[in-house]
Amino acid sequence: MTPDQLASLSDNLFSISIALYSLAMVAFCAQLAFGRRTTRTRELVGAGGPPAASPEATTGAGEDGRGRRWGVIALGLTALGALAHGAVLITRGLATDRLPWGNMYEFSTATVLVAVVAYLVFAVRTPGLRHIGLFVLAPVVLAMVLIGLFLYAEAGPLVAALRSYWLAIHVSTAIIGFGIFFVSGIASVLYLVRVRYEERVAAGEEPGGLLSRLPGAAVLDRVAHRTAVFGFPIWTFTVIAGAIWAEAAWGRFWGWDPKETWAFIAWVVYAAYLHARTTAGWRGRPAAWVNVVGLGVMIFNLTFVNMVSTGLHSYAGVS
Amino acid sequence: MSTIAPPRPPAAPVPSAPRRATGLLLRWWRRLTAMRTAIVLLFLLALAAVPGSLLPQRSLSQNNVRQYFTDHPTLAPWLDRLFLFDVFSSPWFAAVYLLLFVSLIGCVLPRGLEHFRAMRAAPPPAPRNLLRLPDSGTLSTQLTGPEALDVVEEELRVRRFRVVRREGELSAEKGYLKETGNLLFHLSLIALLLGLAGGKLWGYEGSILVTEGQGFCNSFQQYDTHSSGPLVDSGDLSPLCVDLEDFRAEYEENLTAASFTADIAYGAPGEEGRTTTIGVNEPLRLDGDRVYTTGHGFSPTFTVTRPDGTALEDVSVPFLPVDQATMASEGALKVPDLGGDGEDQLAVRGFFAPTGLIQGGILTSVDPRPLAPQVAIQAFQGYLGLDSGIPQSVYSLDSRQIDRGSLTEVGAANLSVGESMTLPDGTTIAFTGYRQFAAFQFSHDPGQVWVLASSIAMLTGLLGMLLLRRERVFARAVAGARDGGTVLTLASLTRGSGESAPRFAALTDDLGAALGTRAPEPEDHPRDT
Ligand code: HEM
Repeated sequence: MTPDQLASLSDNLFSISIALYSLAMVAFCAQLAFGRRTTRTRELVGAGGPPAASPEATTGAGEDGRGRRWGVIALGLTALGALAHGAVLITRGLATDRLPWGNMYEFSTATVLVAVVAYLVFAVRTPGLRHIGLFVLAPVVLAMVLIGLFLYAEAGPLVAALRSYWLAIHVSTAIIGFGIFFVSGIASVLYLVRVRYEERVAAGEEPGGLLSRLPGAAVLDRVAHRTAVFGFPIWTFTVIAGAIWAEAAWGRFWGWDPKETWAFIAWVVYAAYLHARTTAGWRGRPAAWVNVVGLGVMIFNLTFVNMVSTGLHSYAGVS
Repeated sequence: MSTIAPPRPPAAPVPSAPRRATGLLLRWWRRLTAMRTAIVLLFLLALAAVPGSLLPQRSLSQNNVRQYFTDHPTLAPWLDRLFLFDVFSSPWFAAVYLLLFVSLIGCVLPRGLEHFRAMRAAPPPAPRNLLRLPDSGTLSTQLTGPEALDVVEEELRVRRFRVVRREGELSAEKGYLKETGNLLFHLSLIALLLGLAGGKLWGYEGSILVTEGQGFCNSFQQYDTHSSGPLVDSGDLSPLCVDLEDFRAEYEENLTAASFTADIAYGAPGEEGRTTTIGVNEPLRLDGDRVYTTGHGFSPTFTVTRPDGTALEDVSVPFLPVDQATMASEGALKVPDLGGDGEDQLAVRGFFAPTGLIQGGILTSVDPRPLAPQVAIQAFQGYLGLDSGIPQSVYSLDSRQIDRGSLTEVGAANLSVGESMTLPDGTTIAFTGYRQFAAFQFSHDPGQVWVLASSIAMLTGLLGMLLLRRERVFARAVAGARDGGTVLTLASLTRGSGESAPRFAALTDDLGAALGTRAPEPEDHPRDT
């Protein structure tokens, strides 16, 4: 295939992966809807307390066959979507004969893929977490649509400054780190929602609805923490690798360029989150909020800083 | 933090002032080194960095700050008073990170000492009620108590636990490296800060534009701009000179810049230089010093001939690019002393297009490659004001001299290579060609290697701290109620990543199997999995 054909194949795969993710979202909705009749069992209502030891206990226990079947379909569609999504990047890389993360379109597309894969890994290893699929895929589809609408850039060669093996090192780890923090942030958001729900249940209300299908607060909190623990060294490495590259490319390893500044801010916020998780008085909600702020900082760094402020990192390729 | 003071005996003497002061200091110290304070300070640090990215900063671009002052004449001076254009060197930013680091030292050093002691001490005795620990269970065996504990000890030692036997029980511990990682991480942060500070104090940087065939030596007088730390002795810079022999810019078909490379010769002053090629992402590194090409552009060359025949031949002046995509550039040629007296100086203001296109008499550039170079020039005569004591840029004419009427325009033309224009007084200005120039940056940062080493140490410590597990295992042997065997109670305490329950279950299974190979018919009742 010629580079042009590959590039347009990549663009088509992008639409296909959005379509597959959307179908997966529908299937996740169906899973929640059909699994619902059994949610009012005592077991699930009691899930707020000690489920820390076994996430399975909180979900799935009372799910009927139809709900489970929809769940498997949803996961399958998500996995297919992720395959198409990966192929978007591969065909782009082949079309341009370089790593497919040279501009914001490619970078954000890859980041979302990492988030989906991180979710899939969790969902396969911990079936209790399959239920958060809708809450992961909804932002994923939204992000993909926004990326397609506003960040799309034609396949093309890289500017001189980006032609370095540090692109592979620094940008790949940035993408992985961001994707993981994305999942972590979502888990914390769901945690905050779920904690409120469990308080209302404890107070004798019966809020019901979708929230009752979420995994227990303790499980969500643990997912958020574990992913952040995984993401933090990766992000630390990203910042260090960026500094090493900057030393070669821009003549100084750190210069408080806006992108560098926000990478630093994110790092400090995640350090605060990890501390908060182990400090009395900060555990639980306050710590989760810190993680949500961290996600906000990461998203701000990817969007606003790339598109609005001018700095040395202005390779976004968005006009 | 609030503590409830014990009721003071009524007759107690009032503590002396110094005592009270130390008490107060101690209390403040405790508060400062508490984890809660650390979180707040981390937040403050993140918050303090925000204005540094949203407002223009002098360290990044003096021009943008100046522009901000013009756009916001009333607000800007106020922001300036709060150091908001120099956030990262402001006293309040320094206050936040210094407090954070004092807190860190106060928090980590005592922990380090304690850790050092704990590493040499034996694992603590088993708690009285082992079944209360989060992971615990029992195993029965036909072995005697000491024999059963022998088996457990051996299994744990294979798993690299440190094991201590006490009367009828056993304590084991592993994962000290987790705490070591924590200490290494936090201490590396301090080393990193020191490395940064060293670089700021003893580092310097200078930049200069050099046209092909010319060069520069490392001294502050030569640089167009330079900055240096307070402890730099300007007479003591590394003796190095660099000559630019050839500069090349290459482009892709769609005019994306593909590479910039400069062939240079470098060496001590007066020395026969060594040659090398530097470019984007590939600076010249000598110990402690680095030379970069940070930009490039064109230096058009002109020959100016007076009516009396005196001529200035092939002078080239760097024109600064105003558009990186097409390399359209602007610059000025100042000829203060060719013939004429003080009021008859000549100056040229020009626009250079590497590939020119003239539409309606206006020259624009359409390609960054020098395929059809053209200049649009305006010639001025009069007084340049170079000796007026007010500094001017070498890259542009002082517009005040023009506004004031000291310089008057005497002609304008669009020229291709080889063409010339003649001024009313008979002077000719010929556009004879172009050379390329490179922007060089010379950097000296003695702290850099320290920063790199501390970063690597920090990452290592971080991985140790986050990925390792600290685990204590306890076992107690009690004679079984039935048939004379032994009941082993096992428990473990884990700090760190992952879930402890499955691992504990696996451990009890392995121990049960090991006990089974030593004694017939073991009975296996892990209580909690
Ligand atoms: C420059 C600022 C700091 C950064 C970036 C930082 C970063 C970190 C990180 C990433 C962790 C890992 C948390 C985990 O195990 O999940 C950690 C742990 C820890 N930090 Fe810091 N820290 C900083 C300052 C401080 C300060 C000022 C203190 C003391 C007040 C402190 C005390 C601790 C302690 C005690 C732990 C271990 C927590 C545990 O055992 O679980 N740190 N730090």
